[in-house]
Amino acid sequence: MNPPPSPLLELHDVHVSFTAGKHARSGAPIARAVDGVDLSVDRGEIVALVGESGCGKTTLARAILGLEQPGRGQIRFDGEALPTSSKGLRAYRRRAQMVFQDPTGALNPRQTIYESVAEGLRIHKIDGDEEELVAGALSRSGLRPPEQFFLRYPHEISGGQRQRVVIAGAMALEPALLVADEPVASLDASVRGEILRLMLGLVEQTNIAMLVVTHDLGLAWNIADRVAVMYLGRIVEVGPTEQVLDTPKHPYTEALLSVVPETKRMEQQILQGEPPDPTRVPAGCRFHPRCPALANGEAARLGIAARCESEDPQPISVGPNHAAACHRNTASPAEPPGTAHGT
Amino acid sequence: MTSATVPGRGSITWTRRRRAAAAVWKQYWSSTQGRAGLIILILFFGVALAAPLISPSSGLDVTQAGGPILHSPTAGYPMGTDEFGRSIWTLFIWGARVSLAVGIAATVVAVGIGTVVGVVAGYAGGRTEGGLMRVTEWFLVIPFLPLAIVLASVLSRSLFTIVLVIGITSWPGIARLLRSQVISVKERTFVERARALGAGNSRIIGRHILPSVMPLIFANLTLTVPIAILSESTLAFLGLGDPLRVSWGQTLQASFDAGATSLGAWWYYIFPGFGIIFVVLAFTMCGRALEAVLNPRLRDR
Amino acid sequence: MSTVEAAGTRGGVGPILSVRDLHVSYETREGPVPAVRGISFDLGPGETLGIAGESGCGKSSMAAAVLRLLPPEAVVSGEVRLDGEDVFAMTPGRLRAVRWTEAAIIFQGAMHALNPVWKVKHQIGEAIELHDPKVAGKTRTRVDELLEQVGLPARRAEAYPHQLSGGQRQRVMIAMALACRPRLLIADEPTTALDVMVQAQVLALLAELQTDLGLAMVFITHDLSVLTSCCRELAIMYAGRIVERGPSHQVFVDPRHPYTRALAAAFPTVGDPRFRKAPLGLPGDPPDPRARPGGCPFTPRCPDAQSECSAEEPNLRVAGPGREAACVLVGRTR
Repeated sequence: MNPPPSPLLELHDVHVSFTAGKHARSGAPIARAVDGVDLSVDRGEIVALVGESGCGKTTLARAILGLEQPGRGQIRFDGEALPTSSKGLRAYRRRAQMVFQDPTGALNPRQTIYESVAEGLRIHKIDGDEEELVAGALSRSGLRPPEQFFLRYPHEISGGQRQRVVIAGAMALEPALLVADEPVASLDASVRGEILRLMLGLVEQTNIAMLVVTHDLGLAWNIADRVAVMYLGRIVEVGPTEQVLDTPKHPYTEALLSVVPETKRMEQQILQGEPPDPTRVPAGCRFHPRCPALANGEAARLGIAARCESEDPQPISVGPNHAAACHRNTASPAEPPGTAHGT
Repeated sequence: MTSATVPGRGSITWTRRRRAAAAVWKQYWSSTQGRAGLIILILFFGVALAAPLISPSSGLDVTQAGGPILHSPTAGYPMGTDEFGRSIWTLFIWGARVSLAVGIAATVVAVGIGTVVGVVAGYAGGRTEGGLMRVTEWFLVIPFLPLAIVLASVLSRSLFTIVLVIGITSWPGIARLLRSQVISVKERTFVERARALGAGNSRIIGRHILPSVMPLIFANLTLTVPIAILSESTLAFLGLGDPLRVSWGQTLQASFDAGATSLGAWWYYIFPGFGIIFVVLAFTMCGRALEAVLNPRLRDR
Repeated sequence: MSTVEAAGTRGGVGPILSVRDLHVSYETREGPVPAVRGISFDLGPGETLGIAGESGCGKSSMAAAVLRLLPPEAVVSGEVRLDGEDVFAMTPGRLRAVRWTEAAIIFQGAMHALNPVWKVKHQIGEAIELHDPKVAGKTRTRVDELLEQVGLPARRAEAYPHQLSGGQRQRVMIAMALACRPRLLIADEPTTALDVMVQAQVLALLAELQTDLGLAMVFITHDLSVLTSCCRELAIMYAGRIVERGPSHQVFVDPRHPYTRALAAAFPTVGDPRFRKAPLGLPGDPPDPRARPGGCPFTPRCPDAQSECSAEEPNLRVAGPGREAACVLVGRTR
């Protein structure tokens, strides 16, 4: 079987900004939520987009689904740019679906489970026996026997089951891309594993492309093939999961890993303060005000401290398919960014 | 799994809807307030609808009145008579028809306009919302009586004018209420999910937003009707109503003109007065009970 | 008294918090719903106890019960002693005096527990002045002192809650809790909904305060991994009871109860190849307090369930030095 010519989803230099405040006034602060992102997601792979709140990962996810308009840059799906017309967007939405963070809020409390799952089928006027399709989607989501759930309302089932319903509703359309925004964050800990296993299973069975947006590095370690770490609107490191999480090459990734309670190998680097808000992106490397490598002199020893404060680093290849946007990785003159996946 | 046990698409929704409606009814009936209000309303509506059967409209004709003038209630005239000798009971039940009809018609007008404006403003946002809300506020500040007087003098004095006046002055409140509800529903995740699934605006409004705000509309409706009835009575009492139609307000005005208070003819104004009070009270009780049923948070406290 | 409970008195002065056979149930139209079904533990001065459990396990009810903050429809039995004094026997006056000065609570969803129309300084000040009206003139100094203790600049006192970030609001909650110099702090999910980095900051702050002020702390959360770093001892709650207890690191790394094992597995260790592409979870859901099965409530979800498990609910039994677990498999060789 020939591999497809290009990844299913490609992002080139995507920018999404908001003006803070409802009505745009000149001089109103602009929030650069997504500030130049390159990313790709291929069929059959799970990419984890990791970052803290305010880093822009949710905005990026919504832009990928056409719920936000990028100001600059391009998003290509299956080789074509994202449609902007409402008809085009509707067709696109059949192929790219979303799973939400809060399954309780994501289901209309006045609709039965059946109606919630059937909604997508009806919108796109999918051929076939609707009941069979709904039953099939529910049972592939692990809700068996599906008929038992048809007449129930969201408040009558548990949180984990609700998330399965949301997944069933999305998968009923047989999309090629699934974007999951914190899919298990609102669920009980003991239930998360089953939902994650379901998602892994779906990728294996249907070869779907999956982008999981999360702040949980443990989750990324659990199910992702590749990890992209986001900070203040940029991807600061991206690569295969083992490489990024075992041998991180960006100080932010290192700091995040060090405070995840489950990794005991590193000394904790607790960054001071909060991530700055996207209306005031620092000059030079946007991470430099909080960077431990700069603060503890490592950057000075490498002779790059001045560059950290003045030059915005581009992603630099640090391994096969692994890139990090940090001046530390250019002991030698900067290499041009590779064209392999993820850079 | 046999197809015999799996109900068809249409019947699933209807089964569930019927069950939900039955649950709502049961809950409503369990509230004393709701029960009392509903019974009173059924009585009044029943009497109003059955008016032609109970007492022919000829009883309203002053030229045909045969009873004693301004007599207190007797067996033959349970509510006494007016200054023309007409039975006040006849005036009462025929007046009920007008008062109730005008109340409901005006409410339908007000809720109709208010819902459309409120939903469009809340959903569209931006300049559309701004524009619509300015219009709403303009109508909001129009004082009721001066408008009524102006319109009554410009247009013909009829029930239609009354309905119009009340409708125009009542819709802004509903529009504002609905707009804020729509805004909060619009932000909920399930609306975003519908959008992510590919739903267009009309589907989102029709299937997600309206059903969520419908209970509010309904509860509001039952509370707007009594206000409309009171307004009609006020206008009629001030002489702005349709002079050819008997309503409770009009009866009150007639009693005032006839000097019933100083003559001690209490039956002339007490009965229509109570009519208004009880109907208004009954609607309010129903509305409250309905609100409690449809908004579970109000229930158990 | 078991070995584990005796440990709480190691401070020498007697435990600051002592809970014996605590039961909490709620009266509903469908009958009583048991939320807490017999919890006992001791906490010595300056010690930390972590309580891990998911929704419906009763941990929040237990926290509220300690200071009698439960709603009127709650039925409470058992004994809770705060520094030797029986909390349930206190008069309302004494209870009010004790609340906040002896023990303070940081509630779940603390970030929303701040009054949005009052400035921070007034909210912290309120806590101070309620307990010591004489101090009224010097409130502001104390407020600044508290803010400094929690790592916030003094000018933050002038802010409204919505002007602060999540982490900052949490610090304000901690400052309020410390306002009257309590000796015991009960933190109910203090870092849930915070980012990993901010969570680390808050945890570090709590550890620092604990050492500096000699605070005893009960740390309640569903995030088992957080507890291992900040608490010496750990208790796992399931369906209203403690099902495992012991030194936190040991419990996390070598659990003796199947539920603990499953809960620990839900927080995969980054870097451990065993967790790659192998999410581990339990089927089913945490039991609804209104409808618990008979016998051991974990049976429907337990991978090691035996035939006797659905018959009788096991009590805590010794599972090692200083360790206990409520499972019939404890002590049996596999």
